[in-house]
Amino acid sequence: MQFKITAQTIAAGELANTLHHEQAGACATFEGWVRNHNEGQSVASLEYEAYAELAEAEGNRILAGARDKFELLAAEAVHRVGHLKIGDMAVWVGVASAHRGPAFDACRFIIDELKARVPIWKKEHYVAGASAWINCATKGDFADGGTGVSAPRGD
Amino acid sequence: MKSITVKYFAILREQRGEAEESLNTDAPDAQTLYEELQPQHGFTLPVDRLRAAVNGEFQPWPAPLNEGDEVVFIPPVAGG
Repeated sequence: MQFKITAQTIAAGELANTLHHEQAGACATFEGWVRNHNEGQSVASLEYEAYAELAEAEGNRILAGARDKFELLAAEAVHRVGHLKIGDMAVWVGVASAHRGPAFDACRFIIDELKARVPIWKKEHYVAGASAWINCATKGDFADGGTGVSAPRGD
Repeated sequence: MKSITVKYFAILREQRGEAEESLNTDAPDAQTLYEELQPQHGFTLPVDRLRAAVNGEFQPWPAPLNEGDEVVFIPPVAGG
């Protein structure tokens, strides 16, 4: 059970193989991909940056929390950093459990918590040429009108 | 005066123009330190939109500082 930050392409198949368990009857995985639009703007590419030391510690706390909350047999997650292009996988989450209920629920819980809590940042580069750090706009910027409230986006 | 290391990420790294710096400060805590640095470097995010990490762990504001500490100001996150 581990959460890792990586600068390498995420190998989803190899990661899924690490979930195998004789008591497992269900496996749920989630992949977050880089898409070509956000909030009405055409996106050319994305840049992810992480405070790796704290991100991995916090990610591991989330996996441990999922294990306490749901009946899991295995849980793994990886988040990519660096400059990603459209279609690249940015994040992968996988869990295994005896039955499908905990697998679906835990997978959703883990990705939601990762997005909310882990120190990873995303910069969107737009087709029009501008770029912006998501959720970091302040008054006067175009992105969120300075409300300070920006729901997690993506996937 | 305390000797403190500050690491910057994402929007703060770009606004500071550096990923890391060592500085001497009388600031008793990370919140005071950020409020001193904000006008110097033109940081756009107010302190209430940030979290603090000291020596690799989240700390609630104001996050007291001691000699030799490493502090990171965490902008709003956006993983996934």
